[in-house]
Amino acid sequence: MKKLTSAPYILWMAVFIIVPLLMVAYFAFTNDTGEFTLDNLAAVSQYSNIFIRSIWLAAISTVICLIIAYPLAIILARTDKSYQSTVLMIVMLPMWMNFLLRTYAWMTLLGNNGLINGFLGIFGIAPKRMLNTQGAIVLGMVYNYLPYMILPLYTVIEKIDKRIIEAAQDLGCNSAMTMLKVIVPLSMPGIMSGITMVFVPAISTFIISRMLGGGSNLLIGDLIEMQFLGNSYNPNLGAAISLVLMVIILLIMTILNQFDDDEDRVLM
Amino acid sequence: MKKLSKLYLALVMLFLYVPIFVLIVFSFNVTKSRSVFSGFTFDWYIKLFHNELIMKSFLNTVIVAVIASVASTVLGTAAAIGINNMKKLPRSIIMQGTNIPIVNPEIVMGVSMMLLFVFFAARMNFEFGFVTLIIAHITFDVPYVILSIMPKFRQMTPNVYEAAQDLGCNPVSAFFKVILPEIMPGVVSGFLMAFTFSLDDFVVSYFTSGTTQTLPITIYSMTRRKVSPEINALSTIIFVVVVAVLVIKNIIERRNAVKRGVK
Repeated sequence: MKKLTSAPYILWMAVFIIVPLLMVAYFAFTNDTGEFTLDNLAAVSQYSNIFIRSIWLAAISTVICLIIAYPLAIILARTDKSYQSTVLMIVMLPMWMNFLLRTYAWMTLLGNNGLINGFLGIFGIAPKRMLNTQGAIVLGMVYNYLPYMILPLYTVIEKIDKRIIEAAQDLGCNSAMTMLKVIVPLSMPGIMSGITMVFVPAISTFIISRMLGGGSNLLIGDLIEMQFLGNSYNPNLGAAISLVLMVIILLIMTILNQFDDDEDRVLM
Repeated sequence: MKKLSKLYLALVMLFLYVPIFVLIVFSFNVTKSRSVFSGFTFDWYIKLFHNELIMKSFLNTVIVAVIASVASTVLGTAAAIGINNMKKLPRSIIMQGTNIPIVNPEIVMGVSMMLLFVFFAARMNFEFGFVTLIIAHITFDVPYVILSIMPKFRQMTPNVYEAAQDLGCNPVSAFFKVILPEIMPGVVSGFLMAFTFSLDDFVVSYFTSGTTQTLPITIYSMTRRKVSPEINALSTIIFVVVVAVLVIKNIIERRNAVKRGVK
């Protein structure tokens, strides 16, 4: 009887999540008159360079986030308990600021008349073109999504039993070995969820590329947005691109999960 | 080693805060320059408060966030209770479905709902606006409410619900007297999460709002047009509000922790 209380939610999710996703699939396989076609999916291949660019930039950003966040998570986990929550709050605070404003901040910093070029100008260095480059996109992704990597890593590393680390040291591991053989394998779930939480929004963004990448560095997100709200209105093509994007993400996540399972087995 | 970690922490903090700090400093700049500070002024703040579009979109954002977060809290709480009473298989199927809006890229959620609304708009003669925005926000809010309530059931003493009924409560009052107080922390944190996600959402709103503007949408269109320090002023206000809320939250939590310690 009490199961029935979830009925409104199940209905809601069916209508507003499942049906819309099925509509994406339907639009992807039909033309504007509603006839079955594979043309949309075939047309997606024209944009393979944009897909490759998106995957590449999102992957670089994810790796950079991991490299920056991992030592930071360890430092946070080792911080004195009495002010650990305060330090964590300070690290997470920028995440509460609106995403668009954070990206806008970099727009103003990197611009030709921006602060960084102004600063370089003091030393007589000619203004460098930093805005509207792929580097700017990667910077924007790292800046915006870094907290998403820090948080899961910190949560997992903080929970690692200190006695295991001591045991490893007793058994003759030096600090590098302890790191490699104990801390990294035990923090694998955190690494995986961090990667997911950075990679998925990074590969599908259209704001960062538009604000920091100029018009010449389109990503998948821009492509989808253009088909639905931009000047090249074509929901069928947009749906096909969305479908391919979902499949790519699903594939990459499956591969990553495989990797995670293997690690668990090694541990056992 | 200690010094090295402090240096590293400081460097990351510098990276995270310099852009925000620069935004704040230039909100007080007399000119529109983004690299030369030529004098102190509050003009941009005054202009901001006289900007009708910003004020209106702020109001829209609050209306949508309040309605969506309240509705998703009710819907999510009811759902969590139901899911908790399910057998293992249906429960894991529903939880998989609940994860879809969380793992799916926001842009895909946005365009998929847009497709649905376009379909209905053509047939049922309604327009994109508050209704579509609120539906979309509820849809991405509910999973977070459910996910923050579900763990509370596991911490609950089993059979208290039956005990309450044995002692003369009807099912409804047993729910309000026994179950709701136990899961309340999860309900509250779910509500707060839903509220902040709604306030901050841009991508899904962008595709489902039609001509109704929420604050993030207005911010987006401001950044697309010519640069105005009004955005900096707005950023400063948002940042100050966020800092204030988080500091107050921290103080309250610390006080509660101290109280528990005294007991």
